[in-house]
Amino acid sequence: MRDFPAFDDPGSVQGAAPILCASGVRFHAGGSALIDGIDLTLAPGRITVVMGANGAGKSLLLRLLHGLILPDSGSVLWRGRPLDRAARAAQAMVFQRPVMLRRSVLANLRFALAVQGVRGAERTRRAVQALSRANLADLAHRPARVLSGGEQQRLALARAMAGAPELLFLDEPTASLDPASTQAIETQIRDARASGVTVVLVTHDLGQARRLGDDLVFLHAGRVAEAGPLHATLARPHSAALRAWVEGRLFLDTSCAT
Amino acid sequence: MNGFSGVLGQAFGLILAWDADLVAIIGLSLRVTLSAVVIACLVGLPLGAVVGAFRFPGRVLADLLLNALMGLPPVVVGLLVYLMLSASGPLGPLALLYTPTAMIVAQTILVTPIIAALTRQAIRDLDREYDEQFQSLGVGPVARVAALLWDARFSLLTVALAGFGRAVAEVGAVLIVGGNINHVTRMMTTAIALETSKGNLQLALALGVVLLALALVVNAAVMAVRGLAVRAAHA
Repeated sequence: MRDFPAFDDPGSVQGAAPILCASGVRFHAGGSALIDGIDLTLAPGRITVVMGANGAGKSLLLRLLHGLILPDSGSVLWRGRPLDRAARAAQAMVFQRPVMLRRSVLANLRFALAVQGVRGAERTRRAVQALSRANLADLAHRPARVLSGGEQQRLALARAMAGAPELLFLDEPTASLDPASTQAIETQIRDARASGVTVVLVTHDLGQARRLGDDLVFLHAGRVAEAGPLHATLARPHSAALRAWVEGRLFLDTSCAT
Repeated sequence: MNGFSGVLGQAFGLILAWDADLVAIIGLSLRVTLSAVVIACLVGLPLGAVVGAFRFPGRVLADLLLNALMGLPPVVVGLLVYLMLSASGPLGPLALLYTPTAMIVAQTILVTPIIAALTRQAIRDLDREYDEQFQSLGVGPVARVAALLWDARFSLLTVALAGFGRAVAEVGAVLIVGGNINHVTRMMTTAIALETSKGNLQLALALGVVLLALALVVNAAVMAVRGLAVRAAHA
């Protein structure tokens, strides 16, 4: 497989040690290769957008990189070392459908902080701070599950950020949200990047990719069809799959698939 | 019909007069049953949560055992507890046979698998929803069980009420290990069996009415709890 160790982009942090490195990652299920040998390197402080059709393996790749699923072969290294508890503590993930505990908005944040070992008054202080950053302070004492989809997703993102992660995985966080909620989420993502957090964002929204992304990884049939600095790659797509995607055509050719 | 309505009238008379024997029997029933349900919850909730929340070798066997034990025949439990507590049994020196404690032991053995099995199902359903989020947050095993138990609290309250319903209506086990001794181990169910056979139908029917009323109250409580959970959007 091709390797994309560093992106040829003047804006990239050349020379900075990658924080996450995947090599030869494969994952099979039901007799077919869902992730078929992916090599990927994440430079710190950048937003990498992962795109591709349904079933291309985007969500699965995120779970493999985050360590929720173990690959059948290949490796995922966090700062050069296998994923362990410390690596997990330095990462966070927001799922497409936010998972809210059956508690208040504030209690959801306090739970995440408690798991990270934040105690006592500091826990409450950071929870309240995270809520006000996400503009959710007014809803602090409401049961989290009565919030609207957009509010729940903002809360999920705030909860993920409350633990001060170095790497944030976002799996289509705005997939079913209206423009106002999408804008609020995108602001949170920009804030995260501004504070030095590395972001991996799965999205189907080309506009969102352009608004937020530094780098692009385009998946097709479980492989990296194309990767590189986002704007340059979208401007001159090499693969037929990405070209069709950018031009808004339906790409149904599966010749790349094994 | 005259006979029946007459007996029914006398039974309500006993209840309304707050008959001392009746009150003593109801009091003992509630004391024994509530003690058994509390102990069964202390054991069954964590046990069910652990079986529900984790994958471990033998989990299928644990599932099978819990399901099978849910259907324990009360008389068999009574017989086993009797053998353990009888003078020649291993726990004979404790002299617990024919005491309320013996009845609590028997009911606890009957109810614990019910609480554990129902808890396991509630926790497993919730864990399916929470699993990836908990993995992502790095939630440890103890915190995981505690969080699942707390978040399933409304379901688990109905589980405890189901255990109470089973225990309070049970007759075979408490009859064998309690002996139905007047003012010592006479419960509602054992008294109904005895008084009916003696022909003292007023007391039997009065106790039956109280038992039915209790069943009604317990079910109303279950519905109220569910309604509360839905209203609070915690369900």
